[in-house]
Amino acid sequence: MIAGKLFIVLISAALVNNVILSRFLGLCPFLGISKSIKTAAGMGGAVVFVITIASVVCSTIYMTLLEPRGLTYLNTIVFILVIACLVQVVEMVMKKMMHSLYEALGIYLPLITTNCAVLGIALENVQEANPGMNRILYSVVNGVGASLGFCISIILMAGIRERIQFNDITKSFKGMPIVLVTASLMAIAFCGFSGLI
Amino acid sequence: MNKYFKTFFNGIITENPTFVLMLGMCPTLAVTTSAINGIGMGLSTTAVLMLANLLIGILHGIIPDKVRIPSYIVIIATFVTVVDLVLQAFVPSLYSALGIYIPLIVVNCIIFGRAESFASKNGPLLSLVDGLGMGLGFTGAITIIGLVREFFGAGTAFGIDVLGRIPGFTPISTFIMAPGALFVVAILTALQNKLKAPSATNTPEGEARMACGGNCANCAGAAFVHNKELIDKRNAQIEAEKAAAKKAAAEKAAAAKMAAAEKAAAGAVKAAANAGGEVKK
Repeated sequence: MIAGKLFIVLISAALVNNVILSRFLGLCPFLGISKSIKTAAGMGGAVVFVITIASVVCSTIYMTLLEPRGLTYLNTIVFILVIACLVQVVEMVMKKMMHSLYEALGIYLPLITTNCAVLGIALENVQEANPGMNRILYSVVNGVGASLGFCISIILMAGIRERIQFNDITKSFKGMPIVLVTASLMAIAFCGFSGLI
Repeated sequence: MNKYFKTFFNGIITENPTFVLMLGMCPTLAVTTSAINGIGMGLSTTAVLMLANLLIGILHGIIPDKVRIPSYIVIIATFVTVVDLVLQAFVPSLYSALGIYIPLIVVNCIIFGRAESFASKNGPLLSLVDGLGMGLGFTGAITIIGLVREFFGAGTAFGIDVLGRIPGFTPISTFIMAPGALFVVAILTALQNKLKAPSATNTPEGEARMACGGNCANCAGAAFVHNKELIDKRNAQIEAEKAAAKKAAAEKAAAAKMAAAEKAAAGAVKAAANAGGEVKK
């Protein structure tokens, strides 16, 4: 029963309410670092890593510190600081303990601190009034789902952009406009997933 | 006085955060489903921008350089919480329409960009004026985008029925859904390119104008000082590599030239020797 619920949360976060294409969170890296599949995959990996950890930590702090003391209105300030520190800590730990992973994801980590997807997902996790299960479990699954959604769309986008480079495009649409049109078409395609749930 | 007017209009027109600098794209795309939402989001951002600029302007010189980024984050987050609570209390309909995007003003790069590049270097009053100008520029821009989307997507303008009065009219509802936002901004930047209007998308220096780099659409994740150093380092590395490659190519060319010259000289010597031989004969 709980597994079914978790699966629905996962699919809903990854495909139906795609974090970029239907909610516009984390749009800057989506447009900025999607020039090649390799860098897009690196960024995607780093985002999955950070969002998952941030979801757990922020929900735990919310459950144990803020809610019992009636300080829930402080969640924006607390979360942004926690995320900023967390990214630094993750970077340091990775550098020391998992050097190969650091080599692969390291340069993308500092870029994530102010990625609105991380703060957005952390806030969304605690704003959901009745998740129907343990809130921390819900946060983990929602975080993983949303960041996988980010990964899927940034890698797809990078693949399309690699092809677009060789196409003959009207002069005024060269560069950013054609990328935005592509993103728009991808968003239309992702609207199709809304029938899934 | 002139200085204040200049700063004010700089934000509204010359360096309009949305149209020219392309800053803060997330709220620009997400909340502009109607013109009213655009105004609400714009004014909330303006309030935060003014207050944060004012306080950072007052505190500049007091905050040590090393801890300025966390301090700015706390200051901005505090004002965002204030605006969030005020909206929740007095304009609940707008509060529920904007939802999660109000707390996300914290990570809007316009605010951090202005704090870092303007308020930390200028006095409180000038910073306040800059915040007002930038905020109103942002408000105007996202209201216009919201109006376009609302007009085509729902046939209304500021909630008043316009196109719906035409019999048999069906609104293009894609415009108020997510794809419409991307499409409208795409057409807008294409128009700017066509008319050669200044925008971060068609001026190479657009990216270097602000401390955070400006140009959100091309930004590698809101680039703060931390990763600005990284990016600068990388650019320097690329430049150095290019210079090295150029040098190597030049050396190679010089060597080839020299070899050719030597060959020619050798040829000449040989020819001379032959000539000498012929003479001897």
